[in-house]
Amino acid sequence: MTTTTRLMAATAVLALAAPAFADTSERRIALSNNYAGNSWRQAMLESWTKVTGQAVTDGVVAAADAFTTAENQATEQAAQIQNMILEGYDAIVLNAASPTALNGAVREACDAGIVVVSFDGIVTEPCAYRIAVDFKEMGRKQVEYLSGRMPEGGNLLEIRGLAGVFVDDEISAGIHAGVEQFPQFSIAGSVHGDWAQDVAQRAVAGILPSLPDDIVGVVTQGGDGYGAAQAFAAAGRTMPVIIMGNRQDELQWWKEQRDANGYETMSVSIAPGVSTLAFWVAQQVLDGQQVPQDLIVPFLEINQDGLDAALETTPAGGVANVEYTLDDAKAVIAKGGSAN
Amino acid sequence: MKGIDLRLALPVLSLAVLLGAVFWMQPRAMSYTGLNLLFNLAVPIALATIAQMLVIMVDDIDLSIGTYVSFCACVTATLLHDTPVVGILVLAAGVGVYAALGALIELQKLPAIVVTLGMSFVWGGLAVLLLPAPGGASPDWITTIMKARPPLMPMAIVACILLALASHLLVTRSAMGTLLRGVGGNARSVARAGWSVVRLRALAYGLAGVFGVLSGMALVGLATSADANIALRYTLLSIAGVILGGGEFTGGRVSPVGAVIGALTLTLAGSFLTFIRLSPDWQIGAQGVILILVLAARLLVRRRRTA
Repeated sequence: MTTTTRLMAATAVLALAAPAFADTSERRIALSNNYAGNSWRQAMLESWTKVTGQAVTDGVVAAADAFTTAENQATEQAAQIQNMILEGYDAIVLNAASPTALNGAVREACDAGIVVVSFDGIVTEPCAYRIAVDFKEMGRKQVEYLSGRMPEGGNLLEIRGLAGVFVDDEISAGIHAGVEQFPQFSIAGSVHGDWAQDVAQRAVAGILPSLPDDIVGVVTQGGDGYGAAQAFAAAGRTMPVIIMGNRQDELQWWKEQRDANGYETMSVSIAPGVSTLAFWVAQQVLDGQQVPQDLIVPFLEINQDGLDAALETTPAGGVANVEYTLDDAKAVIAKGGSAN
Repeated sequence: MKGIDLRLALPVLSLAVLLGAVFWMQPRAMSYTGLNLLFNLAVPIALATIAQMLVIMVDDIDLSIGTYVSFCACVTATLLHDTPVVGILVLAAGVGVYAALGALIELQKLPAIVVTLGMSFVWGGLAVLLLPAPGGASPDWITTIMKARPPLMPMAIVACILLALASHLLVTRSAMGTLLRGVGGNARSVARAGWSVVRLRALAYGLAGVFGVLSGMALVGLATSADANIALRYTLLSIAGVILGGGEFTGGRVSPVGAVIGALTLTLAGSFLTFIRLSPDWQIGAQGVILILVLAARLLVRRRRTA
């Protein structure tokens, strides 16, 4: 062992021993985003601007610039990431156009010593951090909630998303796993609502006549709960427990029902503010903290007590959102670490 | 001779101006690694642009090159990686289909724009069939070539210079290239001179197919894996690159060196817009403005010459 390697080893040990020592106030973080064309993405960018703007003002980091590609194409985003390397950013937070086609550019960034944190649209390159959504759990949780409300079980109606999309398969697999776990429930029918209220309303109205009278719950994927409620109301059926998906119209309807007849349900989805979670994770990595490569996004759950507060902060036509704090990120990191 | 010089002067000048602006804004780019990062994604675009140029040279236009390159990328990342022999056969079949399309377009006097638009859906469908979910892996030898670090100049620049030289020799200097440009200039006189235009058009398309394959391979080498939609932008980028590089839609007037420079200019324009922090809402428009400026400059130069 030469003196230099010994010195390096000593520094490495020191760095491990004193993880909170690194200062990130001179560090610059960039957001590489592939698409901004819907309300979820708009909310995501707004949350980023709000939280990172504050972090820059507070001197936590030196800069946190957001970049969105114009055409939602992987090659374009790869070029964007390479430009970020050139601009000397210390970390890149990434919502990727493709899980694989950016791997080359991500590798270049890692080789240049840049921390890459992908979220929502994650990348498979091993050197990047991934903050993924556990869609299966999102489906399973709904059945679990229903089993708490109705221990005796019953018939369920499943509203699926857009056929052939990975997210639809995952959530549905989770719901079916939930039914297996709580066998007192059975799925009496399932329709595709395409994550849109009007499509869901038509689909549910179409299947209702063929369903048994005792549908006790509707398991959903988000963006379809309000449509399902309209269809049940129009058919003059008893209103089942419909799981909501954090959309403003769904929350509004839930509140009206609660005020009128004490209707109870829950609502679950992913908050667009997950971009801010990714920001804090990147900051923590720059700070020298031990962070597992794979983390799971917490769901944003709204229960009966939180309904009014959630509805107040959700813009009409929007999605309930939450911005994450440094402490939230630390909690997610700690949880991800123990799960591995 | 003077005409060719002028035709090339403008693309070179626009590239130099943009490069100067990028260096001024981001001095870090003025290094071996910097230049490589700036230009390595231009290599597959330049290859696709040469493919497009070969088709434009015979007075046609290829609207399927983007999906074709995506398809080649998917073959490279799956079949060529797992079973090289099958991969080579499939890629060769792709080139064969391109040549057959050229012959078909000539024989039936079909509009190339319609045939290639139709084919773009075929290539896109095949790419999705091969790779329903993004993935695959780059064959090691391609990655080694694309990520090589030759002395003096970064790989991206070396590759572009080699490509410009090779296509210049092929198109401008060889007897075959002269004939092909003749097809674009005046197909009837080429036919009267005793050549088979069917065969020549098939040759032009077949060559385009070869450059498309190379583009897909280069892209996978850089990205390390593929996606069925990986190169959709290339259709428009390649057409813009040819025109930016001094080529014209009719008359067999194309410049291979110009086309490579055009591809580099377009890539650089994208980086330039990122560096000046232009909002993405304006970026496509701004890229269009850069294109229009260069074309307007070309028109002015030509008008002065004829005046």
